[in-house]
Amino acid sequence: MQGSTVSTDANYTEANAPVVEAAHHEEHPDLRVWGLLTFLASESLMFGGFFAAYLFLRGIATQWPPEGTEVELLVPAINTVILVSSSFVIHLGDSAIKKDDVAGLRKWYILTAIMGTIFLAGQIYEYKTLGYGLASNIFANCFYLMTGFHGLHVFVGLLLILGVLWRSRRPNHYSATKHTGVEMAEIYWHFVDIIWIVLFSLIYILTRF
Amino acid sequence: MTNLSVDATAQVGQPLPGAPNNWKRFFSFSTDHKVIGIQYLVTSFFFFLVGGVFAMIIRGELITPEADLLDRTVYNAMFTMHGTVMLFLWTFPSLVGLSNYLVPLMIGAKDMAFPRLNAAAFWMVPVFGVILMASFLVPGGPSQSGWWAYPPVSLQNPTGNFINGQVLWILAVAISGVSSIMGAINFVTTIVRMRAPGMTWFRMPAFVWTVFAAQIIQLFGLPALTAGAVMLLLDITVGTSFFDPAKGGDPVLFQHLFWFYSHPAVYVIILPIFGIFSEIFPVYARKPLFGYKVVAVSSLIITGLSGIVWVHHMFASGTPGWMRMVFMATTMLISVPTGIKVFAWVATIWGGKLRLTTPMLFALGGLTMFVFAGVTGIMLASAPFDIHVNNTYFVVGHFHYVIYGAVVMGMYAAFYHWFPKMTGRMYSEGLGKLHFALTLLGTNLNFLPMHPLGLQGMPRRVASYDPEFAFWNVVASIGAFLLGMSTLPFILNMIGSWVQGEKADKNPWRAIGLEWLVSSPPTPENFEELPIVVAEPYGYGKSEPLVANADKLEVAHESR
Repeated sequence: MQGSTVSTDANYTEANAPVVEAAHHEEHPDLRVWGLLTFLASESLMFGGFFAAYLFLRGIATQWPPEGTEVELLVPAINTVILVSSSFVIHLGDSAIKKDDVAGLRKWYILTAIMGTIFLAGQIYEYKTLGYGLASNIFANCFYLMTGFHGLHVFVGLLLILGVLWRSRRPNHYSATKHTGVEMAEIYWHFVDIIWIVLFSLIYILTRF
Repeated sequence: MTNLSVDATAQVGQPLPGAPNNWKRFFSFSTDHKVIGIQYLVTSFFFFLVGGVFAMIIRGELITPEADLLDRTVYNAMFTMHGTVMLFLWTFPSLVGLSNYLVPLMIGAKDMAFPRLNAAAFWMVPVFGVILMASFLVPGGPSQSGWWAYPPVSLQNPTGNFINGQVLWILAVAISGVSSIMGAINFVTTIVRMRAPGMTWFRMPAFVWTVFAAQIIQLFGLPALTAGAVMLLLDITVGTSFFDPAKGGDPVLFQHLFWFYSHPAVYVIILPIFGIFSEIFPVYARKPLFGYKVVAVSSLIITGLSGIVWVHHMFASGTPGWMRMVFMATTMLISVPTGIKVFAWVATIWGGKLRLTTPMLFALGGLTMFVFAGVTGIMLASAPFDIHVNNTYFVVGHFHYVIYGAVVMGMYAAFYHWFPKMTGRMYSEGLGKLHFALTLLGTNLNFLPMHPLGLQGMPRRVASYDPEFAFWNVVASIGAFLLGMSTLPFILNMIGSWVQGEKADKNPWRAIGLEWLVSSPPTPENFEELPIVVAEPYGYGKSEPLVANADKLEVAHESR
């Protein structure tokens, strides 16, 4: 499009034109990451709303958690270790694709997906064995709302990772210079991980004190 | 040359609007921000009329002291739907529509950052509009808990149906929230990353600053409302007890979550209106915007302060004294950046060569109404006074001066000012001035009486009242019907002028701004060559060019 500008006094324009052109093509993947980060900043505040509500309700309660709805610690602790380590694993995948190593990307992303699945399975196991449900009492309300909403995000992250794996089957879909999708799945996974650390501290650790 | 430009569009890889220049493109999943902007504006104006009909039904009921026109439950549904429609289906989408149309043009971009996301966000508006309207058809009718949906009222489900008015209300508000978040991500990314070469932050028009400030509020505020709505929905449907005090919950928690978003939401609405004033006054006063940089930054200060004022809606909700003091102080602080803007506009107009066209009249009227609303706003910020008039018509009068006096008048100013740009036609000045006269008169007749009523103690949201309040209620009702009539010359003007108005050239107002350098209406990708901005905005009275390549912005358009 810049080629069509036939002009004589366009030194300034000419000097800028290639930059504009390049910026337009390079910029697009960048903007997707920007959009995702903006979204996650906003989404983290939705967890913020639930956390604030949790602390508010805890503040007005006489006993927290009420008798009969105590939390179990072993499975969630194992889950935490798995989820936190998966953040490092997924980063290895990102490093691999930066070296053009698609097989490495696939290996680490498959491992991350397995770890994410174990986390979700662990959470379902915990729900089944706790002995109380969503509507049991105010603590149970908060517990299931927060962990459930987080679990939903883990599930979405898992879908993103599977999407990356599906696309990586096509030769040359991802390369050292072109892997925005890989990066976005990784950023999202880190987000889920960070939220879990806050959530774990609030529900499982702070209730001990 | 033509071939080259076609190749260029193919390279960019953005889908062009489906149908080319005919009316059908407005009914397509077009990704052109200008088409989407007009889709938003027309859709939201339709819902403005719907909300207006609800308002006139309410005022029809209130013209006599007895509850005689409507059943009380229908009356409750009317004020709930009036508030919900006016906020979620008129003010938010109409301002998003205007911003959608103007922001890419004003910053010299070819489109928004995410065109498909933009289109998807728009098409959610008719979806949740239909969902909300469908609540008239479910047993028990629409939600009756007011647009705040405070528990415990909103938790009552007298018909016992799973799908009831309140559930549909929450669903509609949730979809509206998703649509707003998608829009906010798009605007913030576009403004930060897609400005034309040379378009530095302090060369952006004040309108873009206000949109940026408003959309940041959406990003940090809406999640709180969504969180509250999710908890409310669980309380209604699956029997949790977040807001039920008998089971350890607390209804005040909902008020916190609701107002943490819904007070800043007022700034989401008013900030772009401030931007419209900042654009319109310099054009018709032929003077640069006074104190441009301070006006621009004050928008962000409002954004910051808006996050720490919400409890002033809850002075009467058992809020402890120290908290009242804190939030009274923060609320009053908002008047500082707002006052800066008001004085800047007055200084812009001062000594200018005023052209009293319709947009200028609406902007001046809107500014005057806003100052009045600001005065009552400061009164309400004061906790002792607020507790006295809490839940009375004084509050209703205050926010209608903001929402109708400032926001609707400001929107009308924008409609007229950018009408030639959007349609390529001129509107009828005579009809415009008639519209202005009716609107100004109707606004004051309708909303001024609410202040004495409130001071005398008439509560809001009641279908019947003591006969001593009758006089002012009759005046207000006459004003409401006048406001209903005032939309007729506007609709006639917009449709008639679009069909057969005089052709408008690029810049009928001799305004300065990137959008006025391209043809009316602009071509699908706005600029054939991105503008290279070399000057600050509002260079009225100076003869320096705004861009270095003004003659090349539309090369391909000329050759097509």
